[in-house]
Amino acid sequence: MMRVFAVAEISSGELDPVSIELLNLANAIKGDGSAEAVVIGSDISAHAEELSKHADKVWKIEDSSLEHYNPELYVDVLVQLFSKEKPDVVLVANSSRGAEYAPLLAVKLNTPIVTDIVGLDLSNGVKATRYIFQGKLLVDVFVKEAESYVFTVRQGVFKDECSAQGEVVDSGIKPSAKAKREFVRIVEPEAGEVDISQADIVVSVGRGIDDVSNIELAEELAEALGGVVAGSRPVIDSGWLPKDRQVGISGKTVKPKLYLALGISGAFQHIMGMKDSELIIAVNKDPEAPIFGVAQYGIVGDIFEVVPALVEKLREIKG
Amino acid sequence: MTLKIIVLAKHAADPESEIRVSADGKGVDEKGLVFDINDWDRYAIEEAIRIKEQHGGEVIVVGVGYADDTLRKCLAMGADRAIKIPIDTGMDSYLTAKAVKEAIADEGFDLILTGLMSQDYNNALVGAMLAGMLGIPFSTAVTSISVEDDKIRVVRELEGGYGEENILPLPALLTVQSGINEPRYVSIMGIKRAKTKELKEISVDAGEGMIQVDKVYVPPVEKAELIEGSPDEIAEKLIGILKDRGLI
Repeated sequence: MMRVFAVAEISSGELDPVSIELLNLANAIKGDGSAEAVVIGSDISAHAEELSKHADKVWKIEDSSLEHYNPELYVDVLVQLFSKEKPDVVLVANSSRGAEYAPLLAVKLNTPIVTDIVGLDLSNGVKATRYIFQGKLLVDVFVKEAESYVFTVRQGVFKDECSAQGEVVDSGIKPSAKAKREFVRIVEPEAGEVDISQADIVVSVGRGIDDVSNIELAEELAEALGGVVAGSRPVIDSGWLPKDRQVGISGKTVKPKLYLALGISGAFQHIMGMKDSELIIAVNKDPEAPIFGVAQYGIVGDIFEVVPALVEKLREIKG
Repeated sequence: MTLKIIVLAKHAADPESEIRVSADGKGVDEKGLVFDINDWDRYAIEEAIRIKEQHGGEVIVVGVGYADDTLRKCLAMGADRAIKIPIDTGMDSYLTAKAVKEAIADEGFDLILTGLMSQDYNNALVGAMLAGMLGIPFSTAVTSISVEDDKIRVVRELEGGYGEENILPLPALLTVQSGINEPRYVSIMGIKRAKTKELKEISVDAGEGMIQVDKVYVPPVEKAELIEGSPDEIAEKLIGILKDRGLI
């Protein structure tokens, strides 16, 4: 009987919806086994109740020392639980936290790990599917036969919900030692002059803008459309736009009426920040750019030819 | 205090170059690929050199597989010496971490820095696994580092623009997020100086791997409706779409 464990994701004291997605996957692969949730923190009874609607069992690991996430403490308590409960599969969110502690968990449990998976097939050996080259290709990998496996799971993939009515169990587990790494504080985002998440029209630039001097072109287009300029990670990393203009998982999520993506290839981390925009138009010289998979309209071409032509026509209309 | 810093740097294919599935369907066609230092590792080596410039010490750069060009680049940027581990670990991060652990067993260090992930396979595993194997504290996706006596204070990136500040005792390992600094260009003097620096090979047996590639393929995606024509025609069509939607 297969036991699939999903470790819930807690962010700022809240249960992250990706936790339910982990359980959706757990339920889909458990066969006649069980989908079990683990929730770690200091005040987690409500989260455990919520998780029990999607799991056959919920394990609570509650202690005041677990109020703030710490990879050493998370792995400490998980190793204690798993050495008793013997999971076949452990699912962790591929979040900033999950992607950090899951590799340590795999090392401590001496199990294989595959990260950021979008598919898992247990019908003939263990086969996981994930993206490589920032979304350009997919790979199926066979994982070495082992007593258990750890996977980190990409958010937004396993949406088909399963309902259950599981019992909540207090594990009684506490960290066995103090962590070497010390949590100091959460650092708040810096507020900028413009909140791009409130704009109706966002003109967003990526690596294809080539140079800081070309940002002006995007500004002209944004002005002609009555929108704001934003950017993808490489543009922010280069210091061409301030951090508060970054669209993506680690920046802002935007849902404007129009999102114009100029020279953005469309890494997953960017797409998650703009895919729910009402209309997405992308201009990129690479026809294989993943951005064309989320855009309604695509232009395979040179932004330095298309954008000036568009600006000129918009100015003509305005007169 | 002076620090002995080990940097892991990968020589990796640029995802912006021509990425095609290889003939056997189990890898990527080398033709059309452009290789360079993994972008995240470029920030890691820069950060290590900056720490050395400020606090003194030594920077040793370690590469697994065919890494010569990247190791020389790091030496030209300012690393003191390089270690090459001639073993092809493919997509298996466990093997890479294991190989590095074996190769640096006699080195001793205060800090290990590497990129958050590689730009080719995007596993984001080697750093955290190596920290686990070495039993040292670590933080991933770090966006700032300051050295304070025998410990370091870092901020790591969370979602939504948030960060998390940690203090770690040394020795420790950090994986670096892109944008943490502005990496320097390689100077002619740097390249000259690099020629006199040590590049040592250390062969190790990393043992058996954890994964095997079944197949590599192009993702099936529903593509956008393409707008074609001259720039003027494209602009005209776009104006039409925007008008229909009441956006202008």
